[in-house]
Amino acid sequence: MIELRNISKSFGDQNVLRGVSAQFQKGKVNFVIGRSGSGKSVMTKCTVGLLEPDEGHVLFDGRNFTDMSLLERKNIRKEIGMLFQGSALFDSMTVAENVMFPLKMFSHMLEQEMLDRVKYCLKRVELDGSDNKLPSELSGGMQKRVGIARAISMNPKYLFCDEPNSGLDPQTAIVIDNLIVDITKEYGMTTVVISHDMNSVIEASDTIHFLHQGEVAWSGDNAEMMVASSDTLNDFVYASKLMQRMKS
Amino acid sequence: MFRKLLVQEMGIIGIDSIGIVTLLASFMGAVMCLQTAHQVGGWIPVYTIGFTVRQTTILEFSPTLIPIILAGKVGSNIASQLGTMRVTEQIDALEIMGVNSAGHLVLPKILAGFICIPILVVMSMFLGIASGALIAILTGVSSMADYQYGVQVDFKTYDVIYALIKTSVFALIMTSVSAYHGYFTEGGALDVARSSTKAVVYSAVIIMISNLVLTQILL
Repeated sequence: MIELRNISKSFGDQNVLRGVSAQFQKGKVNFVIGRSGSGKSVMTKCTVGLLEPDEGHVLFDGRNFTDMSLLERKNIRKEIGMLFQGSALFDSMTVAENVMFPLKMFSHMLEQEMLDRVKYCLKRVELDGSDNKLPSELSGGMQKRVGIARAISMNPKYLFCDEPNSGLDPQTAIVIDNLIVDITKEYGMTTVVISHDMNSVIEASDTIHFLHQGEVAWSGDNAEMMVASSDTLNDFVYASKLMQRMKS
Repeated sequence: MFRKLLVQEMGIIGIDSIGIVTLLASFMGAVMCLQTAHQVGGWIPVYTIGFTVRQTTILEFSPTLIPIILAGKVGSNIASQLGTMRVTEQIDALEIMGVNSAGHLVLPKILAGFICIPILVVMSMFLGIASGALIAILTGVSSMADYQYGVQVDFKTYDVIYALIKTSVFALIMTSVSAYHGYFTEGGALDVARSSTKAVVYSAVIIMISNLVLTQILL
């Protein structure tokens, strides 16, 4: 489980996060939703240590990440997998080299063991046979799947996905959603998905945290969200005509 | 992993720059020879051509101009590569994995520059002097014997040491300034281009200032 306790973060006089508290459950797909600029990405960056929160604490299974030394943080980070919005694949490396990278850096596996693990991960995301392609030769959806394969190569305990469906067609988006759900259950990971795609939220979420103006304005699950009385949440959830039709 | 990255960077910074260094050194040596020959006459002996080409090449052209040219080629390459990695979140991905991104990405580039650029500069010294000789003989402004005497006369080993010290410092400046601008890029494609330009301009300016300071200290 990942726990955020009173996280605040400002840039100059702009308060992006104001005392954000949330719990992300183990073995579940925890969604963080909200409008652009609501602080979702900053919250994720504070959680994984890419940004230092001004106040508050982040706990990974009770371990206080915020107060840790650099070395201790490094060890926690080996337990984290992250899928970036733009996939963030290393463009000078092939697909297989991308997936193998964390193994080469941190595992004590033999070359053949690493190759087997890469094969397994690529097969898991249905990309077997693409080992020698460069990221630039892949479609957006395939790049996301390589990103997932790289994220799970070290058997992470925690998986962060920053807008995994942005720029993807609806069918590919569903493939990615299903993949995230499946690997979360399979590995028993604590998965945090940042998104504003309501299709994904309905398809894949176990728990939902709605971020509004730097605060967690609402938390609950899928069914609760559909009947929530929060106006700001309803404005966000039912912004599209499709969702409005679903409601009526 | 580090060794592999170092070799890769040595290829990009060193091997890939051989062409431009060869071209520049050859033409500059030849031009210097012709310009000096134009001044030579009357009481100035012909061997001055070889002497001037040697001194200009070793003291200033190779150790200063070559690094400035390389700041354009190598510096912009380093800054744009790191800048692109920053804006496409590849550096964040390294950090998340627990990799020291600066150590992993920047250190091999600085080390490769420190190793390769002095070698390129020594190569350019030989090429400059050799191309001067070639053009002197082809145009008949000097005999090979006069040119050779000029190149050898009053030679001080310290001049080469001075040149290599300067080059090593310039290599460090060029790679680290470019890496700094690339690594701390924020924004998008336009900002990568801006970082790349800044890397070249700042490197060139700092190299020129250091050149003055080092010359005052070392000579």
